[in-house]
Amino acid sequence: MLKVNNIETWYDLIRALHGISFEINQGDVVALLGSNGAGKTTVLKTIMRLFYDAKTEQPEKGTIEFLGTPIQRRDTSAIVKMGIGYVPEGREVFPELNVLENLLMGAYTRNDKDGIQADLENVFRHFPILRERTKQQAGLMSGGEQQMLAIGRALMSRPKLLMLDEPSLGLSPLLTHEIFQIIKNINEQDGVTIFLVEQNVNMALKYAHFAYLLENGRIVRADTPAVLREDEDIKEFYLGIAREQSVKGYKRYRRKVRFR
Amino acid sequence: MPFGQLLIEGLAMGACYGLFGLAVVIIYKTSEVVNFAAGDMAMFSTFVSFHVLTVYGAPFWVSFLAALAFAALLGVFIEFFFLRPAKNPSLLGLIVITIGTQLLLAGVASWKWGAEQQAFSIPFSYQVTYEIMPGFVISQWAIAVFIIAALIMAFLYFFFKHTKLGTAMRATQQNKHAAKIMGIKTNRVFAFAWAFSSVIGVTAAVLLSARTILDPQFMMEPFLRAFAAAVLGGLMSIPGVLIGGGIMGLIENFFGYAWPTWKPITAFVVIVLVLCIRPAGLFGKHYVKKV
Repeated sequence: MLKVNNIETWYDLIRALHGISFEINQGDVVALLGSNGAGKTTVLKTIMRLFYDAKTEQPEKGTIEFLGTPIQRRDTSAIVKMGIGYVPEGREVFPELNVLENLLMGAYTRNDKDGIQADLENVFRHFPILRERTKQQAGLMSGGEQQMLAIGRALMSRPKLLMLDEPSLGLSPLLTHEIFQIIKNINEQDGVTIFLVEQNVNMALKYAHFAYLLENGRIVRADTPAVLREDEDIKEFYLGIAREQSVKGYKRYRRKVRFR
Repeated sequence: MPFGQLLIEGLAMGACYGLFGLAVVIIYKTSEVVNFAAGDMAMFSTFVSFHVLTVYGAPFWVSFLAALAFAALLGVFIEFFFLRPAKNPSLLGLIVITIGTQLLLAGVASWKWGAEQQAFSIPFSYQVTYEIMPGFVISQWAIAVFIIAALIMAFLYFFFKHTKLGTAMRATQQNKHAAKIMGIKTNRVFAFAWAFSSVIGVTAAVLLSARTILDPQFMMEPFLRAFAAAVLGGLMSIPGVLIGGGIMGLIENFFGYAWPTWKPITAFVVIVLVLCIRPAGLFGKHYVKKV
């Protein structure tokens, strides 16, 4: 469905992505994992072409294909119309619009009134709390409700692929669980392919069908969660399960990274 | 003391200031740029109306419509050629661009139409008056101002509250990044805001030109007053601007009647006092971003 081929993204003179390739298949939940500064958000912004104020067009190299058509350097609104929904990091709701207006802004590129109404009902089905809050200013809601609103807003464009940037950011473990459950429902009931970018590796591995691990702008692992869970490095550095100490009695901090 | 007349006159002037302040607010609301060229954009478009009226001998309504169309084009033109090419602009940089635009327009207008004063009359006379009740005299001009201000106000309320484009304009102002993600073409939203503001500006300027004379400087002072009214109202709120304008007009008229020498500054003194107490303006509220 989405095929990213060897993209390089630069922030002026700094190369943030060093040639990244991955693929997302229809109907899957695919996770992109990595720590702070690995380049996760940059990947999403490159796909959505949100580097509109960069000095040069991004990505500098490589291609992005969605449903067989190249979309790199297309206009963001065209990409949204083709069926990619994006929930940005930190929610980014419109604080002074009410919930309903926020949701309708999600459907900005669409003109079919009945379809929008049906999708609105669908969003309310996933997030019943939003139905109660339609007239409330989005900026006055709690973080969890704002996250739900941001996901609902992205669903309003009726995306085929929904990209979520750290939906667990700043949420309690309980709420994170709830959000992930809803994401799973969206995937299973609405047939929306999910591209999940997360730091919360443990959580993401529970729900993903396939996962990529990003480190310093390179993809270093690509496998199913079952395999990744057993990976020694991932256990130690991302899941916090300590490795056994070496025979001499101290911990090794250096490790080999295999670049693909 | 002709209380009624002062009241009505003050409100009518205030409505003009408020209307013109709306032109400033609409651009500020979408892009947070304070448009210092607003006065001269409106002045220039008023001259276009004057030109069509005198040189081509067209009826007033035709010339007015021509001015509206020209104003819309002028707004889009300025946004497209002056503001958009600015790469990674700071807010201050954009504001300086509008000041440059203002000087440019003033220069071109005095080159084309000369710096002397022109006679420009609109169908709503300031001299024709009706006494609606004892002591309350209202001129034809004031009636026109009230009706036009009310219509524009109602339209704007409906536009920003209930249309997709209006909501998108508010959304763009609140979070440009998120607006892009929704597929809103923010550049077009800005161009539209400039056109819209320019059209409202010229409407106010044509009404004001009936009270003053028409020359390339005639919008300078009304612009300052309208800007002050907008700041008083909070720069964000549309009803706020009109109320701010009304307060300006009333203060100016009443104090101006009592102490004519102090007329030009009374309103500004009041605004300084108000802003000392409420820095965000009477109706201003700035949303604090949640982390």
